[in-house]
Amino acid sequence: MTGKPAHPDEAQAGLARHLLHQMLRVRRLEEKCVELYSEAKIRGFLHVYIGEEAVAAGVLETLEAEDAVVATYREHGHALLRGVPAGAILAEMYGYVQGCCRGRGGSMHLFDAGTRFFGGNAIVAGGLPLAVGLALADKMAGRARVTVCFFGEGAVAEGEFHESLNLAALWQLPVLFCCENNLYAMGTALGRSESQTDIALKAAGYEVAAWAVDGMDALAVHEAARRAVDAVRSGGGPHFLELRTYRFRAHSMFDPERYREKTEVAHWQERDPINLLRQALETAGHLTEAQWAGLQSDADTEVAEAVAFAEAGTPEPPEDLARFVYSEVHSEAHSERGPE
Amino acid sequence: MKTTYREAIRAAIRDALQRDDRVFLMGEDVGAYGGCFAVSLGLFEEFGPERIRDTPLSESGFVGAGIGAALGGMRPIVEIMTVNFSLLALDQIVNNAATLLHMSGGQFNVPLVIRMTTGAGRQLGAQHSHSLEGWYAHIPGLRILAAATLEDARGMLWTALQDPDPVLIFEHGTLYNMPGELDDDAGPVDITAAAIRRPGTDVSLITYGGTLPAVLDAAGQLSAEGVDAEVLDLRVLRPLDEAAVLATVARTHRAVVVDEGWRSGSLSAEISARITEASFYDLDAPVGRVCSAEIPLPYAKSQELAALPSVERIVRAAREAVGRSG
Ligand SMILES: Cc1ncc(C[n+]2csc(CCOP(=O)(O)OP(=O)(O)O)c2C)c(N)n1
Repeated sequence: MTGKPAHPDEAQAGLARHLLHQMLRVRRLEEKCVELYSEAKIRGFLHVYIGEEAVAAGVLETLEAEDAVVATYREHGHALLRGVPAGAILAEMYGYVQGCCRGRGGSMHLFDAGTRFFGGNAIVAGGLPLAVGLALADKMAGRARVTVCFFGEGAVAEGEFHESLNLAALWQLPVLFCCENNLYAMGTALGRSESQTDIALKAAGYEVAAWAVDGMDALAVHEAARRAVDAVRSGGGPHFLELRTYRFRAHSMFDPERYREKTEVAHWQERDPINLLRQALETAGHLTEAQWAGLQSDADTEVAEAVAFAEAGTPEPPEDLARFVYSEVHSEAHSERGPE
Repeated sequence: MKTTYREAIRAAIRDALQRDDRVFLMGEDVGAYGGCFAVSLGLFEEFGPERIRDTPLSESGFVGAGIGAALGGMRPIVEIMTVNFSLLALDQIVNNAATLLHMSGGQFNVPLVIRMTTGAGRQLGAQHSHSLEGWYAHIPGLRILAAATLEDARGMLWTALQDPDPVLIFEHGTLYNMPGELDDDAGPVDITAAAIRRPGTDVSLITYGGTLPAVLDAAGQLSAEGVDAEVLDLRVLRPLDEAAVLATVARTHRAVVVDEGWRSGSLSAEISARITEASFYDLDAPVGRVCSAEIPLPYAKSQELAALPSVERIVRAAREAVGRSG
């Protein structure tokens, strides 16, 4: 758990640099969100992913465009790396109609049909049954797609977790469960909520192939996810990854963090996934100063452009308030689809 | 003494824990975290982990455990973070807590109190903002309370704990920071009757919970226009204090119901129906209603505000009832 990532070899260096860039993009976006929150540009609940970037970066890299992703309220990074533009994400948090959900969802409810990103669910464990259903549809239609479902270890206590694992295994559905074990559900440490804290073992109890991975090591996450996704796609039934990670920031902007020691946070920060991969690349001679500077300025530019996009946004017109409570059957979205 | 709605509830919980050692508080993050809305802050340190009991994320599991503990002789206070999450415990609340007494031929009563936050106004989006207390008010076997004042925040809990049957107390999220004065010896209050918060003669504004402040504002505005509104706070959503509703209508002959829930199939519909059933010939105008827009509540501030009952909409509805629209 405390090991250093292996030095990427020449062949892997390109992938490693790409994952480093992906993590940086998320980090910069999240840092900006925190800043915008304190400026009151973003309101409501805001949960950032800082410290956990290796998980989304490693897993999402293994997916195809037609695969599906289900995530939680801590999903800005997942949305971004799945391909939702940073501007649409930020505009959503500003509550503007240019946001990926017209400003109706906010930080916790990012959805994007184009990238098959199914939210943004703020009911703990609420996304698991959805993912099972998406996978069931694929299986019944004979599509070789994978549905990836992200959730925190807090969800393991919910009935929906157990019901979902059981169904996925019983019906051998093409779903990859990714448990982001950051050790705390708000202020409740895993050991204070579970009699058995080995989560992969629990999943195995449902006959779901499961293994635990160092969630601070982007390459290790990627390798594990690649194996799991390949197995799921080729009909191997549901798989489960327990990604051992840590959130460096408070649960949300309202959390005074009374439940953990600063020293514990500092200890985990020594294994910052971005620093770890950067160092490994540098040591192996695969990342020059100029390359690192380039990755950073790319990420900074992307975020700056996203902020500008969001700043220029406008609220949804009041007369649209009641739209989409029911489907607008005659809308373009429907007619575009044509006869099926 | 100066206090807030949040502190008043905390004082009520502390008081109950001190007075009765069968009482304990149980829920998600009520302990080490200090309560998701900081209601129970400090109680974990004061009473320890047995009586301020953190639970896993298992709404159905721990609400069911509260029912069992109540059957076993304890007096649990179960906190559910918000009414939205209580849907994961609906089975336990509706199929067990509410039915066991009747189903067992009067043998097994469930002396359980469940507290939860309800309502919108904080830009929390559609999974954290709905007002579903009207649904619970549909269920025979439950007593449903909505605390809208500091006195009720302080006083409803103990009386609810004395009730032999399950009581749900709804706390509106926008009220927690509400400051005010509370008597030093404030204590238990009645949990059977509605209360007149402002007497008046021209129109009855009937509401409860989080919309009471807006209704009182509206009444103030109306009085400047020469309309004397009476404000009735229902306090108890089930069983409804129908006599109080009919009595205010008998005085003013006009009624507007203000309910943050949706209008269709709602508590406001129930109240309107009761008025027309029992007081039709007292009425000088149709019963008006101000409710939330029939949509999943949006995040964006402008749209959230547009969806919720506002002072302006309440004033307009009252004017219409007294025939001063336009
Ligand atoms: C059903 C339900 N219960 C409670 C909550 C309140 N809540 C929001 S996040 C959270 C902690 C969840 O922790 P975990 O699943 O480990 O995810 P993390 O926040 O650590 O990413 C809680 C209790 C909720 N949103 N949904």
